[in-house]
Amino acid sequence: MSEPVDRSSQADASARVLHNQVMWNRLISVVEEQALALVRTAFSTSVREAGDLSAGVFDTAGRMIAQAVTGTPGHVNTMAAAVPHFINDIGPERIFPGDVYITNDPWKGTGHLHDITVCTPVFRPVSGDDVDALIGFFASTAHVVDVGGRGYGPDAKEVYEEGINIPIMKLVDRGSLNHDLVNIVRVNVRESDQVIGDIHGLAASNETGRRRLLDMLDEFALDDLQDLASFVFARTDIATQRAIASVKAGVYRNEMVVDGYGEPVTLAVAITVTAAGMHADFTGTSPVCPLGINVPLGYAHAYFTYGMLVALAPELPNNFASLSTFTVSAPDGVILNATHPEPVSVRHVLGHFVTDLCLGAIAQAIPDRVPAEGAGAIWNFQASARSADPSDPLKPAEILMFNSGGTGARPRLDGLTSTAFPSGVRTMSVEATEQVGPIIIWRKEIRPDSGGIGAQRGGLGQVIELGPAAGYQFDFSAMFDRIDHPARGRAGGGDGAQGKAYLDGGTPFAGKGRQVVLANRRLVLELPGGGGYGDPAKRDPDAVENDRLQGYVT
Amino acid sequence: MGVRIGADVGGTFTDVVVERSDGTYASTKVLTTRDAPERAILGGLERLAAAESISLTDIDQLIHGTTLATNALIERRGARTALVTTEGFRDVIETRTESRFEQYDLNIVLPTPLIERRDRHTLSERRDARGNVLIPFDEVAASELIEQLGADGYESVAVGFLHSYVDGTNERRFRDLLLERCPDMSVSISSEVSPQMREYERFNTACANAYVQPLIASYLVRLRDELRELGVQAPLYLVHSGGGLMSVESAAAFPVRLVESGPAGGAIFAADLAARYGRNRVLSFDMGGTTAKISLIDDARPATAKTFEVDRTARFKKGSGMPISIPVIDMIEIGAGGGSIASIDSLDQIRIGPHSAGSEPGPAAYSLGGLDATVTDANLQLGRLHPDTFGVTDIDLSSSLATDALVRSVGDRLGLDADMSAIGVAEVVDENMANAARAHAVESGKDLGGYTMIAFGGGAPLHAARLMDKLGLNEMLVPPGAGVGSAIGFLVAPFSFEAVKSFYTSTVDFDVDGSNTVLADLADEAISFVRQGTDSDVVVERQVSMRYAGQGWEIPVSIGENSTFDDSAADLLSSRFTKAYEEFFGRAIDDLPIETVSWSVRVSSLIPQRASVELSAIPGDAPTCDSYREAYDAASGQKVTTKLFNRDTLGPGQAIDGPAIIAEQQTTTVIASHHRCTVQPDGTLLITRRPEVSL
Repeated sequence: MSEPVDRSSQADASARVLHNQVMWNRLISVVEEQALALVRTAFSTSVREAGDLSAGVFDTAGRMIAQAVTGTPGHVNTMAAAVPHFINDIGPERIFPGDVYITNDPWKGTGHLHDITVCTPVFRPVSGDDVDALIGFFASTAHVVDVGGRGYGPDAKEVYEEGINIPIMKLVDRGSLNHDLVNIVRVNVRESDQVIGDIHGLAASNETGRRRLLDMLDEFALDDLQDLASFVFARTDIATQRAIASVKAGVYRNEMVVDGYGEPVTLAVAITVTAAGMHADFTGTSPVCPLGINVPLGYAHAYFTYGMLVALAPELPNNFASLSTFTVSAPDGVILNATHPEPVSVRHVLGHFVTDLCLGAIAQAIPDRVPAEGAGAIWNFQASARSADPSDPLKPAEILMFNSGGTGARPRLDGLTSTAFPSGVRTMSVEATEQVGPIIIWRKEIRPDSGGIGAQRGGLGQVIELGPAAGYQFDFSAMFDRIDHPARGRAGGGDGAQGKAYLDGGTPFAGKGRQVVLANRRLVLELPGGGGYGDPAKRDPDAVENDRLQGYVT
Repeated sequence: MGVRIGADVGGTFTDVVVERSDGTYASTKVLTTRDAPERAILGGLERLAAAESISLTDIDQLIHGTTLATNALIERRGARTALVTTEGFRDVIETRTESRFEQYDLNIVLPTPLIERRDRHTLSERRDARGNVLIPFDEVAASELIEQLGADGYESVAVGFLHSYVDGTNERRFRDLLLERCPDMSVSISSEVSPQMREYERFNTACANAYVQPLIASYLVRLRDELRELGVQAPLYLVHSGGGLMSVESAAAFPVRLVESGPAGGAIFAADLAARYGRNRVLSFDMGGTTAKISLIDDARPATAKTFEVDRTARFKKGSGMPISIPVIDMIEIGAGGGSIASIDSLDQIRIGPHSAGSEPGPAAYSLGGLDATVTDANLQLGRLHPDTFGVTDIDLSSSLATDALVRSVGDRLGLDADMSAIGVAEVVDENMANAARAHAVESGKDLGGYTMIAFGGGAPLHAARLMDKLGLNEMLVPPGAGVGSAIGFLVAPFSFEAVKSFYTSTVDFDVDGSNTVLADLADEAISFVRQGTDSDVVVERQVSMRYAGQGWEIPVSIGENSTFDDSAADLLSSRFTKAYEEFFGRAIDDLPIETVSWSVRVSSLIPQRASVELSAIPGDAPTCDSYREAYDAASGQKVTTKLFNRDTLGPGQAIDGPAIIAEQQTTTVIASHHRCTVQPDGTLLITRRPEVSL
């Protein structure tokens, strides 16, 4: 037998660091559980199939400590910024145990009315005090099926037409549900059961997070989150600074022209890199558009931050410390800085291009880490199927599909074929889509020759042919881009193929806006490919041969 | 009484177990021989037979679970295989879900499709979601394609047509034509291998089946022949992913059902113990050399799922593998095993796995050339394992190599000594497993409060005490044979088969006749498979998975064994679903239509009820202890003087207060300082919190 091991203060410090790491891991697992609880109960296709949701835990000042990794970078900064809005608008003196707050304000939430954000304060007993103390917040966001108005699409001229706007308010006040709000939502949206189901799901997921957090604090005998938050922020700060130090200080500029709605849109950025952080300024970007493709700045901020994180520090977690290192600005009136009441429903199209725009700028500093441009915006497809013969009414149905073109070639790897980037959404099964709605998808196949040439080839797009099922016709909202402006190659690589949208027979469709496909006709979509990277002459001969054998290149 | 043998070929170890006439088990653990798995089985079998004085000719039954199918998929060592699919859908298994499983990695590499594009062929034919013909099967094109497949020298063909889960006529027609022309071809059709909706999962399952079929068929023949040569005349049965037995013929027809059979054996092992000990809520914790598997067992029945992923290439992340849609025991598997490698990330945090040192070279301490620090090295450093008592044949543990590796991989980067590095590694791997268990509980709609942990596999009893604390559990069992639990599970598994089919109908316009037909067909299919292995009485269980129209997540609802649906079916199913939904989510949703998604019938042979064992935590005498060692106690956060016992010397009723370590042949159990271990009449270790010790 021997005496207990002597433990120096050095060892104590080591033990504390290890302990903090374990608690940080646990906190991340708490928000992952919060997100899982939401996915399990969600009705919205975009939440459960595509992962269009987010969940996070915040300190009492509204600083985000941990966020679940989910399918959409669009919520990266936006949700982090939302909680301070909740604290401010509700008023610190009106925050009570049992409360739940809600909003879908595009400028205080995540950029369009379809995203509903719900925030729940967490209270905990304090020894020697009768009143529980506020220790933090949980917030979660989900893209719901409908918010009324014109329905999901780019055709509104003002945000008022895009649906109901719920300002920051109490959904639950000290345990009592705001039935008036629920009724207002119920009569203002289509598929109201599902929308209200999703709102309850958001509140329930925060509740899951709240309970797990309290269990965790009990287990680790913590009074609150402040010390752990300080550890998380300090660790993240060091790693973030280390990552940014790998980029030479300076100003890096880039411009990209994309289709827009009616006329081309120029996106411009100047990224200033200093020891303190990275700042993107969008001066030079086209003015706001009269239709709903405008982007609130917070949403552009998210896709800028996402681009920098993937290029520089993929291991960095999203939290207050990592996100506050990346800042943005834009002049009034540009399309990446839309303000109320400008329409923003389809803000994702231009928002998705912000990542490639910013990567293109920073590529001047770190060329061997940045891919070529890709298809960018998802080719969402939203259709309303109606009976083709008004005298023979069939049940109307709404159909939503997500489809992706090719991503840009990477410095050492080909681009990814038919894969979403920067968005993280998943596509739906053809069989499941046809089970749910009166649509027939006749073809969904890789589009040969659509990747930009290069030492590394751009990812291939896909060809989709679809039409209404027997007896139906449908209206669809086009939200397609890169029809006129291809994804550009990098470092000598070629451009990706442009997208196409046309009726069988060849009549072209517009890339944006509501259009009709009549009974027995087919809509053909050829999704864009990604740009190539590097000199095509330097492509590995085996890869060239394989492209030919597999029919990727004909 | 006959001699029954269980043989489990895992990623690192091959376990062979024999059930003795007194109901106890003898076992041996040898390193897996990857190139020819039968070698390790035969070697282990001979060794065990010699040790137990069993003549190989006396063996009555040999039950086998293997990772061979899994490994062939992971290592891409299958047959030259073609896929034939509906025109317009050639690339379904390549474009997958059109997403990236790792959101923040620009250099992500997506899984390569099992069958390359040039081997994927299309045929003009098409049905809609109700099974109506939109484009008729093109007989002429089919014949031409078959000529080409024959000429191109394929060994195996998978056939997957759109909506064939509704009507598989065209797939069967193509198979008939193909076998007429190429009688020796292996053919797998998706409407038989996995008649479930969602083309990517179904096609991929058919491709996986076709891909491994020739290999598995030849392995089974080889194994049987070599067993015969040794004098083993007994029939061979295989364990399937759903945790039951199937015949060699069924395994040869549906080899994809062999995937995950080892872990399934573990869950069956735990379920059997749950029944014996009368524990209705059990968390099964199985930790081996490469991964940890956690499953929930309520009412002595492991939860099942209808789809899972194999070959998760990146940190066992969802979406990084390929989906296989077959009935499977629902479990979460993470890269946390004894061989999992520790590293430091850019945030100076310790990460464990997913890479494993496996059996070659193994942990640094194995002295087989491994340089990376692993979980086993940490356990050795912390005094939990000891070179003298490590139970794997042929391995001598080296403490100094473990120390060096820990300092090199972890300590130097973080400024920690070897002990602190080891503490960090152990804490992080335990936290990872606890987090995985919690996430799995959430996904299953369960709360872990009140669960009893059953720990088995070589690594689990070392980590279970810490996991109990992290999960807030108060009771844990380490059964005899814990180190080889999966193989023992094989010996208590029933013959079973679960047939599954997608069939859509809604409570609004419920299809009574269609539902009855589906259930009858599924029952016929399942019974015919079970009858290949046994004539004994069977249990029939029927389930329908339902959801609110518009949701994406189904809840299984049980329906009676034999009843036929009538006009009241919709009401019956609605009320059962609503009740189940409330249990999961607290409240149901009024007035939404409910739809059925998939139907399943499981038929299993009745297994004789085991004598139940009453667990008792009343402490008897403490066994005398004459051996001590310094070992780390996580609850108190320091190395403390720890009693050592050999499990073989412990007797029923004896109680040991922690800190203590109990070593046995195949594993080591750690008793924390605030725990008490009470030895049960059957040798099981019952570990509970000591009432007088608070944390």
